[in-house]
Amino acid sequence: MGYVGIAEGLRYWMKRMEMPRLIIAGFLVLLYVIAPFVGADFPTQITNTINRFSWNAVLVLAMVPMVHSGCGLNFGLPLGIISGLLGATLSIQFGFTGLLSFVMAIVIATPFSVLFGTGYGTLLNKIKGGEMMIATYVGFSAISFMCMMWLLLPYTSPTMVWGLSGAGLRPTISLEGFYDQVLANFLHIKIGNFEIPTGSLLFFALLAFLMWLFLRTKTGTAMTAVGSNRVFAQAAGINVDRTRTLSVILSTWLGAVGILVYQQGFGFIQLYTAPNNMTLPTVSAILIGGASVNKASIPNVIIGTILFQGMVTMTPTIMNALIHMDISEVVRVIVTQGMILYALTRKPEGGN
Amino acid sequence: MEKQGTPLLQMQNIKKDFFGNQVLTDINFTLGAGEVLGLCGENGAGKSTLMKILFGMDVIRETGGYSGDVLIDGQKVTFNTPFDALAAGIGMVHQEFSLIPGFTAAENIVLNREPVKKTLLSEVFGDRLNTLNYKAIAETSAKAIEKMGVEIDANMRISDMPVGHKQFTEIARELSKDQLKLLILDEPTAVLTEKEAAALLDSIRKMSAQGIAVIFITHRLHEILSVCNKVVVMRDGYVVRDVPAEETSVSDITKWMVGRNVEAPAAAPDKQTASAASAGKAILSIRNLWVDMPGETVRNVTLDVQEGEILGIGGLAGQGKLGIPNGVMGLYDAGGHVEFDGKEIPLNNPKACLDASLAFVSEDRRDVGLLLDESLEWNIAFPAMQVQNKFLKHIGPIALRDEKAIQEVTRKYIDELMIKCTSSQQKARELSGGNQQKVCLAKAFALEPKFLFVSEPTRGIDVGAKALVLDALKKFNRERGVTVVMISSELEELRQTCDRIAIVSGGRIAGILPASESSEEFGMLMVSQVK
Repeated sequence: MGYVGIAEGLRYWMKRMEMPRLIIAGFLVLLYVIAPFVGADFPTQITNTINRFSWNAVLVLAMVPMVHSGCGLNFGLPLGIISGLLGATLSIQFGFTGLLSFVMAIVIATPFSVLFGTGYGTLLNKIKGGEMMIATYVGFSAISFMCMMWLLLPYTSPTMVWGLSGAGLRPTISLEGFYDQVLANFLHIKIGNFEIPTGSLLFFALLAFLMWLFLRTKTGTAMTAVGSNRVFAQAAGINVDRTRTLSVILSTWLGAVGILVYQQGFGFIQLYTAPNNMTLPTVSAILIGGASVNKASIPNVIIGTILFQGMVTMTPTIMNALIHMDISEVVRVIVTQGMILYALTRKPEGGN
Repeated sequence: MEKQGTPLLQMQNIKKDFFGNQVLTDINFTLGAGEVLGLCGENGAGKSTLMKILFGMDVIRETGGYSGDVLIDGQKVTFNTPFDALAAGIGMVHQEFSLIPGFTAAENIVLNREPVKKTLLSEVFGDRLNTLNYKAIAETSAKAIEKMGVEIDANMRISDMPVGHKQFTEIARELSKDQLKLLILDEPTAVLTEKEAAALLDSIRKMSAQGIAVIFITHRLHEILSVCNKVVVMRDGYVVRDVPAEETSVSDITKWMVGRNVEAPAAAPDKQTASAASAGKAILSIRNLWVDMPGETVRNVTLDVQEGEILGIGGLAGQGKLGIPNGVMGLYDAGGHVEFDGKEIPLNNPKACLDASLAFVSEDRRDVGLLLDESLEWNIAFPAMQVQNKFLKHIGPIALRDEKAIQEVTRKYIDELMIKCTSSQQKARELSGGNQQKVCLAKAFALEPKFLFVSEPTRGIDVGAKALVLDALKKFNRERGVTVVMISSELEELRQTCDRIAIVSGGRIAGILPASESSEEFGMLMVSQVK
């Protein structure tokens, strides 16, 4: 009897886990098992994974509101990232340093993300059903537009502008003296080679908790219902367009905060086309976590980010040691794009 | 004409069920060459299914086929696809047009059977490179149009044509097939103006004179009488009458169509409510309502609903009965005046209706009525939470879902309505149609409305669930004094449940009768203004 019970339980979990997640989780476990044999230091590997998780988790969290309201995966994440970049660069330009520069970056990024989010949300309301396609191009155009603006905007802070001309921002700006590691260093734990950026994790936990709470409020419930069945929500007296716009603003703002958290961990602000490299891995991460185009939860965010970032950090080390050839990038691209492809093909027929 | 040798078409003991749901039982009739047969019956009587069997539509085979025999010229035939039926000389004009808008009438008429010319290229590379023989196309279509006897411009593009001409193009396409022996017209006059309809009837007579048999399905009964040789009336999957047209009348046919037992008028279930209703004041008054709901246009409805009654709204499909609740509740564009309890209700604003304590159970369970991918708890509690701030608990300034209260109310309705489910957490998608309908009712009940619109509450659910749903409605009306307006295509059901029944025809209220009135009277109202 016990045996049958266990089998049943396993089958249930197999079903809940879904194939792609199982494969990636299996692959990741395999990498960790191999790690000691190829001479990689295990604590360092774990530390890397946790670190990468702490950088990226908020960005992945930024997917959640839009998925809930039925706007699909936020391929327009660059819009949020750009709000964050504006916040970051302006905060430095105004001369803030240390933790204050981080707080001010968030404060300054907020009006931008509300503004961009409103416009972006209004656009998405006009093209219900085709959100993800349009969102992708919104992201592309915003990045291209900002590529010009980073050169043209009258920034003067010597830490950011080109040395010779004194105008235009450099592609990579060091955050040393500003908010490099401000979160990570809070209650930082270090045991030998094993480190935990406690502050970053707590910050993510706080945002995730607020999101969890929000989804349990009346408005949050309405948002989920709008995503689940728009007509039902409308018949229940919900203002569908307004709810969707609100979700887009939330996603955009979280994107802005997400990139700031990423920068404080990474240590640099990356401008110009760099936001391009953030979108697909982020989308892919939440999908690996078990989210679908119209359902996403906080556990999806956490599991997905761990699996995806774990893979990203582990593959170069292990693969290079094993076959002396860098195919980690190839593996990453295959997983990223493959996961998105898989999720999109599984979109329920007709969508919303 | 009737008894010369073997009849063209014989249908013998045709039976068909959809997943155990018997829709056709022992259908027998014959049709001679050149005869016109009028087929009538309420929506859901089985006319379309019967025609699908005759035309070999895929859906029949996919759902397990049928039993009984179809004989053409005395030979037993089995049509596996519409192509087989076409080859055997059966043509069908469907309710929906299947024409290519950018092509001319002539091109549509010969579509896929175009006369072609050989060219040098096609000699070398095969028939796919033949060119079209436009002269032959023009001739073929002109012949077909002449056969039909109605003038339409063969060179006009379909997209430029009025609706009537599109219909004629479809008919001409069938007529252009040389082997055509039997033409099925499925409500061809539904979209025609009076003049066009008259022209169509003429052309049916002409076809019949040329030896083509016609099966003519329509709700306009006088047309049947004017053009058909015989009338077959169907009801609930049975042929209830098969008579020569000259021996019958519109009122006979309507009686046969709607009446299950005309002799015993359905008693109003509860005389007490009926009397209460007659004494009550008008709680909802609708004045000059129009609703732009595709396929259910409401043109000009004026209606008073009395406090505490159950008012039925009946009528044939497409006449606008569904448009009324959808328009009042703000789900489709509407205009006019609606007054509830002495206060004007703004139209096109679902929230305002809900705030005014109106509730609506939509006929479209899957798309409007339910959150299919959410739990029953969500489905039942959601509108009440959003509209009336119920099921929320306040922690400081924030109000969160009160999962416990939600679970309680859901369990209460699961017990009360006997919803079959594994738990209150089960997804709505996983329930059967009847239980889904009960969830929709529970959702409306949880709003504790003063007034409830219920649209097609028994559509697509089995008999047992039907009785439960109707009982729940009656109980809700009686015990809580809620005024209910129930919209249904099944007259019998309305007569069992309602105090008064309004019949909608042509987007207007054709009349309001007490439920005890004879079926015949209702039938007359149903077809009175069919447009």
